[in-house]
Amino acid sequence: MIAEFGLAALWLAAALAALQLVAGAFGLTRRGAALGGIVRPVAVVQGLLALVSFLCLIYVFAVTDLSVKLVAMNSHSMKPLVFKIAGAWGNHEGSMLLWVTVMGMAGGFVALIERRLPEPTMLATLAGQAFVSLGFYAFLLIASNPFERLSPVPAEGNGLNPLLQDLGLAFHPPTLYLGYVGLSVAFSFAIGALVTREVGPAFARAMRPWVMGAWIFLTVGITAGSYWAYYELGWGGWWFWDPVENASLMPWLAATALLHSASVLAARNALRAWTIMLGVVAFSMSMIGTFLVRSGILTSVHAFAVDPERGSFILALLAINIGGALTLFALRAATVTEGERFALVSREGALVFNNVMLSAILGIVLFGTLYPLVAEAMGAKVSVGPPYFNPMGALFTVPMLIVLAVGPLLRWRRDAFGRVGKRLVIPAMLGAAGVIALLVIGGVAFLPFIGLVLAVGLAWASLMPLRERNLRRTPLPVWGMVIAHFGIAVALFGMSSESAFSVEKLVAVRPGETTQVGPWLVRLEKVEPVAGPNWTALEAELKVRYKGSDPVTTRPQSRSFWAPPQQTSESSLLTRWNGQLYSVLGGEAEDGRWQLRLWWKPFVTLIWLGGLLIALGGVLALIGRVKSDLRRHIARDKIADRRESQGR
Amino acid sequence: MSSLPVSRLPVSRLIVVIVAALGLLSVVPAMAQEEQSTAPYAYRQLEDPAKEEKAQSLMETLRCLQCQGQSIADSDAPIAGSMRSLVRERIAAGEDPEAIRSWLIERYGDYVSYAPQLTSLTWPLFAVPAFLILLAVLLLRRRFRRGGEQ
Repeated sequence: MIAEFGLAALWLAAALAALQLVAGAFGLTRRGAALGGIVRPVAVVQGLLALVSFLCLIYVFAVTDLSVKLVAMNSHSMKPLVFKIAGAWGNHEGSMLLWVTVMGMAGGFVALIERRLPEPTMLATLAGQAFVSLGFYAFLLIASNPFERLSPVPAEGNGLNPLLQDLGLAFHPPTLYLGYVGLSVAFSFAIGALVTREVGPAFARAMRPWVMGAWIFLTVGITAGSYWAYYELGWGGWWFWDPVENASLMPWLAATALLHSASVLAARNALRAWTIMLGVVAFSMSMIGTFLVRSGILTSVHAFAVDPERGSFILALLAINIGGALTLFALRAATVTEGERFALVSREGALVFNNVMLSAILGIVLFGTLYPLVAEAMGAKVSVGPPYFNPMGALFTVPMLIVLAVGPLLRWRRDAFGRVGKRLVIPAMLGAAGVIALLVIGGVAFLPFIGLVLAVGLAWASLMPLRERNLRRTPLPVWGMVIAHFGIAVALFGMSSESAFSVEKLVAVRPGETTQVGPWLVRLEKVEPVAGPNWTALEAELKVRYKGSDPVTTRPQSRSFWAPPQQTSESSLLTRWNGQLYSVLGGEAEDGRWQLRLWWKPFVTLIWLGGLLIALGGVLALIGRVKSDLRRHIARDKIADRRESQGR
Repeated sequence: MSSLPVSRLPVSRLIVVIVAALGLLSVVPAMAQEEQSTAPYAYRQLEDPAKEEKAQSLMETLRCLQCQGQSIADSDAPIAGSMRSLVRERIAAGEDPEAIRSWLIERYGDYVSYAPQLTSLTWPLFAVPAFLILLAVLLLRRRFRRGGEQ
């Protein structure tokens, strides 16, 4: 019953999206102007209906209604409740329903509160949002109905992949999806502005909070995903340049560029066409990412060719949405002038430079991710991994980070390096000190070397915009910028330190034996069986000592899940201010010795701390912008009130 | 009343232990069979840290052919284990890492190496960054030459 209710809500939401599209389009014409009035309420109701449908899916998962095919395929009655709920979006159909829900809610939210832009632009924007949504509703209802029933009803479900039964991962997809789909709002704004030819600072100010919000979620999502891979996969890696990871990185790169170019447009009325283009590209990257992850093409091009229904559907959606947007852009590009001019050495100049660098990195990641698929389609298999992405990415990242250190200190329009040179003496000296220190230590590979030196210089330079400012009166967006840029330096330091200074130890030891990894002494006390709600495990008790301080106990596990039967290693992490001890229990050898994998990873935690700082910077900037918007709004209302009372 | 939870505790713990024991009985042999690669250097490092580091950085750039998107350095699959052992043994024998890579590519194809080699098939991978640099320079020059004139 609940499942049918959810399906009905989904159909209704799709119908309302169609209505929203038609009413929005007619609302733009003179004859249909009256229709325009219904667009906003329709958008709100559409979002709510999608939410109702999604809640129905969560309900059938929570009660493990095995007559629903999706539940039977992906859930199990013995799972903890939180993973039953998370299982609702841990599969193809559920995640696509989450996608349309977020998209509908975002559209409804825009319809509800965004009142700064001229109404025709808003109508075109909401019609654009409805158009994209409609494609994904069709995809769900035609090719991946999440509420399909199953007969006969099985006695038990198949269970959820144990790797996914982890709190961090349970909430990772929704976070990323909020980011992916939040960018659809930027896309729709870009379409709306193109249709009505209203590209200017007001448009950028209206779009910016949505991009910022989506970008914050993407940043948190990527950071959390990286940490999950780090501790859950049990080999201590935190970024693999895996296509699935790249799929989340590409929208982030585009959104980062968009965020900065929208700031230039808002402040200086420049970079109009470029901002629109990035708005289209950012959401296109979200859709390409979804296509890569959801079509099955990554497992094998041939698997995709055998069962192409879903993949082709998404591919068609991609072609229609991206192709349509680019065509519109080409038609209107001539009428959208670039706006105000500026010199190379200026705030805008630095921002443009870094926009181009970000776009180039995006190009490399996109091409390196897609090329193996193209090659496979042509009959040859190649792999593209870290040895390609790291140096090729660095080609553009290094100049970008240098400009990032200087850019925030420059004035708008026109400036001279001589003026800011003084302030960069200390960062440059810090960098030089870093070079000397690393040469003394020796044996550090080229890229981590550059990374460490840049990180130290950038960390200092990123704080410079706060100099000569009254810290209490510094606007929140400036704080946000400083913290986010500092976060980049922190994360970069963590990444470089991890790859330069990690120590690995693989040993087989008997209980009672001691081994050493970096500054740690590790003693295996015993290995015991333990049990959880839906797994059993072997748990090792390790007594570890850091440079002669008191011993601490850490307990890595090797877990066996029942449904589906699968082995996972639960690494155990000991965090110190200067790094993490990472231990994993492997198998038992025949002579009673146990495999241990141990790593000492100096400053590795800075990677994710940096990621969170970047996101925090975004949050502060967002709060600052929204506050000043509200203040302006209230002031305008007051003036209107006063005029009215004076008129009387 | 108050003694009830105390007396319950051991029982529930006993159940946990029994369940754990049952679970382990059924799982451990299976694990021993499918998980461990028995190759000598699958889970053993080389004595010489410099050689081990060489082997490690090579292993990180070789694909585990049975896994999905994992290098042989971070996989428990048997084939990854035997390939790790092969790499370590050859490095220990003094072979050059790139020679080992070429040998593996010859045997398993380009797919095994995460570092694409420059061939007639992969040249676009190297042309694209060069093209992007050119494009970036042209874009920035066009942009700022006009801006500078003003």
